[in-house]
Formats: sequence, C-alpha cells, structure tokens
Amino acid sequence: MSILIGRDTRLLVQGITGGVGRFHTEQMKNYGTNIVGGVTPGKEGEAVLDIPVFGTVSKAVRETGANASVIYVPPKFAADSIYEGIDAGLEVIVCITEGIPVLDMARIKRYLEGKKTRLVGPNCPGLLSPGQRCKVGIMPGNILIPGHVGVISRSGTLTYEAVAQLTAQGVGQSTAVGIGGDPIKGMGFIDVLELFAKDPDTYGVVLIGEIGGGGEVEAAQWIRDNMNKPAAAFVAGRTAPPGKRMGHAGAIISGRSDSADAKIQKLGALGVTMAQTPDKIGDAMVEALKKAGIYEKCLTQKTGAMC
Amino acid sequence: MNIHEYQANRLFQQYGIPVLSGVVAASGEQAVAAAESLGGGSWVVKAQVHAGGRGKAGGVKLAHSLAEVGELADKMLSHRLVTHQSGPEGVPVDKVFIVNGVEIKKEYYLALALDAQNAGLMFIASSQGGTEIEKTARDMPDAIARQPVDLAVGVKPYMCAAVAEKLGIPRELQKQFHRILLSMYRLFTEKDCSMVEINPLAEISGGLAALDSKINFEDNALFRHPDILELRDVGQEDSREVEAARYDLNYVGLDGNIGCMVNGAGLAMATMDMIQHHGGAPANFLDVGGSASEENIAGAFKILLSDRHVKSILVNIFGGIMKCDVIASGIVAAAKKTGVRVPLVVRLEGTNAEMGKNILGDSGLAILSADTFESGVRAAVQAAGA
Repeated sequence: MSILIGRDTRLLVQGITGGVGRFHTEQMKNYGTNIVGGVTPGKEGEAVLDIPVFGTVSKAVRETGANASVIYVPPKFAADSIYEGIDAGLEVIVCITEGIPVLDMARIKRYLEGKKTRLVGPNCPGLLSPGQRCKVGIMPGNILIPGHVGVISRSGTLTYEAVAQLTAQGVGQSTAVGIGGDPIKGMGFIDVLELFAKDPDTYGVVLIGEIGGGGEVEAAQWIRDNMNKPAAAFVAGRTAPPGKRMGHAGAIISGRSDSADAKIQKLGALGVTMAQTPDKIGDAMVEALKKAGIYEKCLTQKTGAMC
Repeated sequence: MNIHEYQANRLFQQYGIPVLSGVVAASGEQAVAAAESLGGGSWVVKAQVHAGGRGKAGGVKLAHSLAEVGELADKMLSHRLVTHQSGPEGVPVDKVFIVNGVEIKKEYYLALALDAQNAGLMFIASSQGGTEIEKTARDMPDAIARQPVDLAVGVKPYMCAAVAEKLGIPRELQKQFHRILLSMYRLFTEKDCSMVEINPLAEISGGLAALDSKINFEDNALFRHPDILELRDVGQEDSREVEAARYDLNYVGLDGNIGCMVNGAGLAMATMDMIQHHGGAPANFLDVGGSASEENIAGAFKILLSDRHVKSILVNIFGGIMKCDVIASGIVAAAKKTGVRVPLVVRLEGTNAEMGKNILGDSGLAILSADTFESGVRAAVQAAGA
C-alpha cells in the first residue's frame, strides 16, 4: 500500500510542454507512473512522448479520467494552475514550482477548505511510492526500495540523503512525501501523518524538519497522542544564523521557539528518536524500529528490492 | 527586499497613512536646503540605512539650527553606520532624511505581517511605541495586541476597535486609527509586502502620524511590481549575497573558515551542522540549487574563494535529477578556470556518483574525493585546521 498516490493514480502533467515538464514526464513515465495527459494552455492537440496535451484541466479530466496532477509551471502562472486543478475536482495536486508569492498561497490555502483536493507543495520534490511504481514529482526513483517506512520532509536533497541511508540498511519505504519548504503550503506534517497512521503497510515514520516555523513540534505531539508507530527525526539548521529570514513581527506571531536546538529537544522529549547528525537518520529509524520490536518486519528482501 | 525609510514614507503617503513630510539629502549642503524648505525651528536628521537599530547607533539626531543640520548630515554621510543588525562592518550612509522635530504626546507600535499558520495576515500592536517589539514581547507580553485578518474578509471596524481599545487610543483619534489600519492592509496586499511596520505611531498635535516607516517586500512577488523593484538599493546588501544572486545561488555569509557548496537548502544546512558537530566552523551557507550549470559552479567557487577566511572547501552533492558526473565535470572545469587555492574536498552521492568520482580522479587536480558524508566533513575540518 501507499498514501496519496499508487497504481490507481491517473496523472496529468500541468506544464508538460516546458523543458522541465517534458524531462520529468519522461522520468516519471519510465519509472512506471500512469500518465494519462498533459495540460498547457494554447497547446491543445499536441503530444509529448505520445501523451496527449489538453488546453484545460477540466477537459483533460473529462477525456482521460485523471484524478491527480503534478505542476511544473513557472511561478508567475503556478497559482492559476493550482486553482484550475482544484476546480476540476482533482483528488491530489502536487506542485513542484518554487517561488510562488506567499499571498497567492495564502488565498489558495483558504480556497482549499471544504474542497476534496489534497495539495502537496509548492516548492517540493513531490512523492514516490516504490512498491506501487508510482512517482509524482522529481525524486530520483533509484534510491528508494519498497518497504514499510513512511518519509515526510520539508527539504529536497536532504530527503534523498535520508532515504538513501534507509535503503543502504535494507529498510524500504512505503511512500516518501516532500511537503515543501514554503511558509504557507498544502499538506503539513500532521496531514500526512494522519494518512501514514491509517496506512496498514506503513510501520514507522521518519520526519525531516528544519529551523523556523513548520510544525515539527506539533507533529511530534500528534504522534504521541494519536499514532502507535515508531518515529525518528532529524532537524536541520543548528548552525543557521538566527533571524536571517524571519525577523521582527513574524517571530512574534509564531510565538514559539523556532530554533533547531529547541525543536530537537522538544521532539526528543515527546518520544521521537532523534538523529543528532544528518548522516545518522537511517540509524535513528533503525533504532526506533528495534525499540518497537518491528525492525525485522521492516527489512526489505534484496531480491524484492530489485523487482 | 527592503527599502529606505524615505521611500516607505512616500508609499505611506500614497496610501493615505499620515506621515511627517520630509526631504531626502545626499550632502550636508542639501540637508541644510532641505531643512530650510521645511521651515520650523528644529529638525531630525535620519541616516537612511536598511539595518534596524539605527536610533541607538547614532543614526537619528535632533538639530536646533540649520548649521547643526549640516554638521550632523555631513558626519552621518561620511561614516558607515554600525547597528546591532548591520554586522561589525556596518552599512554605508548615502542619504539622510530630514523631517521637522515634533512634540510627541504618546507613542505606539503598529505592524502588519504574514500569519503563516492561519494563512492570513495579523496586526501586531502595543502601547510601547519606540521600543523594539521583541523587547516588549519579552518584558511585557500582555501589552501586545494581536489581530488576525482573513484575506477573504479584510479589515473590519470591530477589529480596529479591538486594537484601539487594547492600545488605549483616545476616542477622538479612533476614526483616523481605523483609516491607518485599512491603508496598511491595502498597501500590504496590493504591493505584496512581507511586513509593514510603524514604530512609532505617534500622537502629535493634529492627530496620529507615522514617525518611522518600514516596509519589507516579498521577493517572490517582485516580478509583478516593477515600481517597487526600482527602489532597490544594492549598496545596503551584503556584496557576496548580491554577487551570488547573479549566479542564481542562494548564499549567506558566516564567520567560519570552511567554505560549503551544497545542492538543496536542507542539505546545505545539514552540512553546516555536521561541520560544527565535527569541530569545524562553516564560512557560509551556499545552495547551488537543483540544476547547477558549470557557470553556476564557477561563480560559486569565485564567491567562496573571495572570502579570505576560507581555509578549505567542502562540496557536498546528492545527485538526484542532477547527475554527479555533470557536477564533477563542472567542478573540474571551474576549478581549472578559477584556480582553487585551498584544499578541496568533494563528496558525491546518488545518480552517477561513481562516474563523477572517476572524473574528479582523472582530472589531475588535487581534489580529495570523500566516500561518505562524515569522511568528507572530517577531511574538510582537518584541512581547515592545518
């Protein structure tokens, strides 16, 4: 099993005719993702890698039965693409685009309320479920193996680092979700945790957090109160200069300590197994699985990994 | 992006926020002429810098004669101003802003900022004007009013009344206070600000007035505000960061001696943490992004090497979509072109890592290729200490 994406995913690529969209469409297709169409306004009737291109998401949905989309549209137009996907009734929208104005995201966040769409991102690497051969976004598929650990991360390459460490130890993944680093985004840690908690095939979860905002501490509280699966985490930014981005009134609004050290301490106190350094994320997850007595169950057969 | 007070003052005026009218000057002579044109018997000379805390640092002075205005302006314009936010080297003062001295009855703090958690905005206000809000939050947290604003609803009269009540704004000024909140909201949303701050908002004869004007703009939205982009003053920004932006690099200068070049912000921060964990000190944060070209990498080397404190360089790349062999070729070409005067440690992992390592090995350059994250960090720390 997996969360959010899987064999039932019928994916649209918004921005399929651009250089980035085209490249990643090929990568996703080669991995095994079922891509049913692309959308670029004004390019209806064209095809990319034999995938039909539509002018609007609503028409693409009508003609292909698509239920999800991934967005590789420049930041100027990406907010419009998200709204279009929501209005077309897509179940999952994954926005890779970096640099969407935050006020646009604030309005989108409110617009999503009461709608069935789940938004992942923006400014994220997307999702990957190795057991389902389904990749939506830009994660390198070759570093993941099928298994039972769910991964949630605010960062891109640091996610790859963590996943590669798990894979090197034979601990496979159910789904890896990059939720993105923007201050206002679609799904947060807890939204994804709720799905992992319910997923019978996910036995443990690893969280990758960062300094500032983000809700890692709330996520750890949620885990303690609601989830009977072991969790490990790493929080980056112990040496980051304070207040470079978020000074003054912003810090007063959040009303909490956003330093990495404070987060690390609180997460540890809430029962999450903490990786003290970024090269020990895999070790921390293994330790948490062993403590819960399910380490053996989480090991992926090497042969299984290759198929 | 930050702008100067005199620029923010002008925007406040456009949006109907009451300010003191002032004149900007680039020399003592101009400052005297400015004061003369304003009239009155006392003037405030204000250094125009982006760094906060300028009042305490001597960047805001009261003058009682035209001669004094000239002297103060000349003095400010001839020195870099060091504040607690500017770093020890300070920032240049190219302009001063001259306003009339006024009698202040009471000062308030008022700001509008992003409330990320609630996907909206929030007014932050206190009766402790002239004081940094961080200090008020620490010393008298109950004195701070917080009023969330939903973007679908905007600023409503009851919100203004609630903030005014908390601050103790006199009844006869509440109408004007209401207009100020509405104007701040309109400015924030129309110009894509990340913060609008008035500190202090003062009660003077004739009503309320913003005695200082501060606006930050969100970088991601600047593409739709060419008028705002024109207000940028790169002289106030860290020259290394400006240079880095030219190469599409995200760079933040720090005080250590190990230069870092990493792909991805999270991994870049994690690399800095790892360096410190092993007893070293990072000289910078540098994210080369997801699709670094040879030109980007050459630019990154140039910036790292321009920092004379740098004693070693650690390149940490996790190739995903970005392939390690491409990165390795870029590193070799850039290192040959720019010449690397310090030990260079490279750790490549992920897509085509072996091919990348071979390219580094065959280059004939003295590049230390590390097999693991940890060994790479250790080698860079050791090289910097030697």
